[in-house]
Amino acid sequence: MSGVLIVAEHLQGRLRDVTRELVTAAGGLGGPLTVAVIARDPGPLAEAVNLSGVDEIVTVRVDSEEFEVDSSQAALEALVAERRPDVTLLGFTVNSMSFGPAVAAKLECGFASDVFGIAREGESIVATRAFYGSKVQAELEFPAGSPVILLLRPTAWSPAEGPGQATVTELQVSPRTARSRHLEFVEAPPSDVDITTSDFLLSIGRGIGERENIEQFAALAEKMGATLSVSRPIVDAGWMPSARQVGQSGKTVKPKVYLAFGISGAVQHLAGMKTSGTIIAINTDPEAAIFDVAHYGAVIDLFSVADELEKLF
Amino acid sequence: MKAVVCVKQVRTLGDEVEFTSDQRDVDPDFVELAVNEWDTYAVEEALRVKEAAGDGEVVVVTVGGDEAEEALRRCLAMGADRAIRIESVTSDVADPFTTARALAAVVGPEAPDLVFAGVQSSDSVQAATGTMLAELLDLPRVAVVTRLAYDHAGKRATVQRELEGGLIDVVEVDTPALLTIQTGINEPRYATLRAIKQANQQEIAVIDGSSDGAPAYRVRRMFVPPRGEGAEPLGDTPAVVAQRIAEIVKARLS
Repeated sequence: MSGVLIVAEHLQGRLRDVTRELVTAAGGLGGPLTVAVIARDPGPLAEAVNLSGVDEIVTVRVDSEEFEVDSSQAALEALVAERRPDVTLLGFTVNSMSFGPAVAAKLECGFASDVFGIAREGESIVATRAFYGSKVQAELEFPAGSPVILLLRPTAWSPAEGPGQATVTELQVSPRTARSRHLEFVEAPPSDVDITTSDFLLSIGRGIGERENIEQFAALAEKMGATLSVSRPIVDAGWMPSARQVGQSGKTVKPKVYLAFGISGAVQHLAGMKTSGTIIAINTDPEAAIFDVAHYGAVIDLFSVADELEKLF
Repeated sequence: MKAVVCVKQVRTLGDEVEFTSDQRDVDPDFVELAVNEWDTYAVEEALRVKEAAGDGEVVVVTVGGDEAEEALRRCLAMGADRAIRIESVTSDVADPFTTARALAAVVGPEAPDLVFAGVQSSDSVQAATGTMLAELLDLPRVAVVTRLAYDHAGKRATVQRELEGGLIDVVEVDTPALLTIQTGINEPRYATLRAIKQANQQEIAVIDGSSDGAPAYRVRRMFVPPRGEGAEPLGDTPAVVAQRIAEIVKARLS
């Protein structure tokens, strides 16, 4: 079959946005589109994925209420064997990256992740993704005749909307012993700051160099009426709490103004701030990826700019 | 307690890029090498597990050419006991499937209690090699681990994995297992000068990689992405840049 299979992603009973984006991406490939819902109670999720463009929804019941890697893998293996899609799409997410590549290895499929462009060329699939810190991109091709499993970059496609008319069928998959077990979720510790509600974020990254320099930018943010936010390396270093982190593993923000000092713009960071109203980036690296999404930029020493800004507010 | 840590000598690019004549990779003259950042956290975590256990062995493994030994020596200087380099089987940019197969042939016979890998490599960002390796070794696995408590006697580990948005999923996993380690899980130690000197003297085992099987993909063409209009320049001096920022901020927030 030359069809596309999507694995719906859900968390705590809710469909995740990336699934709707996968439906849009699949639309560009053509062919029948099947969306698989792997869940203990697939019913409500199956309704949620009945989106325009979806031809069939296949539900697979599993024992675990929350994501569990071995049963997800068993389900995907069965789905690929049963439906024989030539392309299987998953989100490039923490859950999918713990079983998608394993299925590809086991079934000897073509594979790539963090893909943001896909196309059919005759019988072949071509995927586009970045290499080397996003400074270059590449078109990838896959072994002829093998099915392909791709993990697609979240937010790279717009979410599909509108109701669909998909048929719903159930696939029985024999259970596989789970070798890991979900125990609980832990929410991030409560914080007195909510960076998602601020109109103006002054954001700092690795470029500030030393922990001692945070104080200068915290003071500058206060003077300018901004909320201080940070990129992941600042949290990893233990310099600031994760409540202030912008990006895929932190908060998604959309302030009127996002002023970034010393942030190079890793993909995960950009995903969390690229829809901000006005983005201003200060960085010493002219090739920094943040300049691709910034409206205004300067390649200049960030401390000297901070010193000058202090005089103006 | 035996741990194997898979590490990678990653490629970084400077400001200028040129491609090889077949346009399928960056010209090596335009590439710099460094230890993958995620892997330094993985090595540190393995060392901590060994130290907590009181004894054991930490083995670091990489796939690559001679130049990749620098990454192994850095791990030895951090405290790893032994290093193995698997000679690259391909001149192409290694895809995760090829790398995982090469690793599996070496990591499997070591029979470790825990296998560690970084979540992803900074040059490829596939986040796939660890999961593929776990599959080839038939190991349970957890991706994106930000905390680890290992119970050697009970043959299990309780780990936290970090989901999108910062939500933490606490998972219990049977061991032996493979864990992919996220940055920030610990603070990787610096090597002392003495340890660096000793690491330079240490023997690194070199093993030929196996070459069976198709790769996950083949690069057809690599290119510098077309740039959009890009950011509007704010100016060349700190005073001018600051002045413009102040104007823009005031206009947008009013």
